Amino acid sequence: MDVNGIKSQFPIFSKKINGKPLVYLDSSNSSQKPLCVINKLNDFYKNEFSNIGRSIHSLAVNATNKFEETRVSVKNFINAKFKEEIIFTKNATEAINLVATTFGQHNIKEGDEIIITELEHHSNYVPWHFLRENRKAIIKFAPINEDGDIIISKLKQLITTKTKIIAVTHLSNVTGTIVPIKEIVEIAHKKNIPVLVDGCQSVPHIKVDVADLDCDFYAFSAHKVYGPTGVGILYAKKKWLEKLPPYIGGGAMISEVKKDKIIYASPPEKYEAGTMPTAEVITFNESIKFMESIGKDNLIKHEKEITIYALEKLRKINSVKIIGNPKNKAGVIAFTIKGIHPHDIATILDEDGVAIRAGHHCCQIFHEKMNLTATARASIGIYNTKDDIDMLCKTIENCRKIFDLK
Amino acid sequence: MDLKQLYQDIILEHGKSPRNLGKCEGYSHEAKGYNPLCGDKVHVYLKLHNGKKVEDLTFEGDGCAISLASASIMTELVKGKSFEETKEIMDAFLNMIKNTSEIQTNHLDEDEKTKLMSLSGVKKFPMRVKCATLSWHTLNSAIKGKKEEVNTEAID
Repeated sequence: MDVNGIKSQFPIFSKKINGKPLVYLDSSNSSQKPLCVINKLNDFYKNEFSNIGRSIHSLAVNATNKFEETRVSVKNFINAKFKEEIIFTKNATEAINLVATTFGQHNIKEGDEIIITELEHHSNYVPWHFLRENRKAIIKFAPINEDGDIIISKLKQLITTKTKIIAVTHLSNVTGTIVPIKEIVEIAHKKNIPVLVDGCQSVPHIKVDVADLDCDFYAFSAHKVYGPTGVGILYAKKKWLEKLPPYIGGGAMISEVKKDKIIYASPPEKYEAGTMPTAEVITFNESIKFMESIGKDNLIKHEKEITIYALEKLRKINSVKIIGNPKNKAGVIAFTIKGIHPHDIATILDEDGVAIRAGHHCCQIFHEKMNLTATARASIGIYNTKDDIDMLCKTIENCRKIFDLK
Repeated sequence: MDLKQLYQDIILEHGKSPRNLGKCEGYSHEAKGYNPLCGDKVHVYLKLHNGKKVEDLTFEGDGCAISLASASIMTELVKGKSFEETKEIMDAFLNMIKNTSEIQTNHLDEDEKTKLMSLSGVKKFPMRVKCATLSWHTLNSAIKGKKEEVNTEAID
């Protein structure tokens, strides 16, 4: 894979940050955008703009078709069975809230149990917490071990006759742990428990095949997949979308409105009320094409190579500690430096154009479990090179120098 | 250059070995502060003599070099000051961080002002301003006897 060729497709890398070339190691937060994606958004607004749906005019028909083309591309991209199983939301967080709210309304009553894990991002915890507050549900946390792997045997033990749903991440945004979703789904389905997967970190970096995983719900966001902000995707098995109540009410999600009754539209429209991020959804098709032009196998191989290189180099630096050592790890590397707070690390690195994240990365449960208040995190994207990792290590040495660490 | 202004020796030194760490005996006021964005925490303990003079001021905390140094320097400078002087120093510090280029108060000598000015480096790092001001807002809350935790996201 020609990484420099790929990098050159991202205009941001020709910009200087604090007078230095940008070393972007924050793709877990959000990815940069290739020119084809930026151009598509611009082009749609310039030459094709219309809202989608009801209008008869040519622009509306074109926009509606393009919008639905993205739905088909997403379906193929994650190997869903039907395009009606793909719902567009504003982000992955909203996708999870959609499920928690509608599933909760339909299935959760006082004393019912929801299993999540200690690896979860707040967006796969807080929506379930609402059910704890509103419906007196119980949330159980499947524990992780020191390596950052979910202890599957313990998760299994948490299941009771009251367990109504299991919600779990596919790939940790702190440790890079790749979670054995298929195994969890098999365990859950044996007891007729549906599984929601938070796929925010997995879709851009590993193979995702929802048919093979057999999960009931899969949520992710476009902006981490080299796409625009403002678009989240919820995959849900058709049977759920037909069974669950709608989420947001308004235009486009109805089939018939009378003074005394309202009939809702069928999925996916049932879950897409109001004007959608039309331009962004249409643009997201370009991101998928971009990903497909590289090929997941090539992408995985490249990111693995960079991750292994980074881990080897970071481990050689005194006082750097990598957080977690999972069995299967993707390119998310949380670390600490003894004697330097992660925020000081991030500020010092930024002065040299190296963008990382510092804090709890919306995973306070994880940090508490590991007895940490904050970590620094370098996360890898398709455009990262070994030179980027060399620069990361060089700037870490600079931190050590400033803080006079031996 | 900016980094050197941010991480001056005095900041690094106070960050590494903060003064007045812990819970002072017989404290009369206390308050907790929290920055939810980064997880920095501070707990300020204040002992007022006759309700007029800061007899002791200590803190417990967890955070970056800037936040620890700021809390440490604050305890050094405020200890021994009267209630009114403390309030004025507090305002002068927060005003310097926000608006002015110097510390405007008569209650600190030149050396003390220089010490406090070592925190002015954060002005070029907007994301780090709250690291420097957290302990001061928390001291303010302790003095006013407020019950709720100071949350940097709720302060402008």
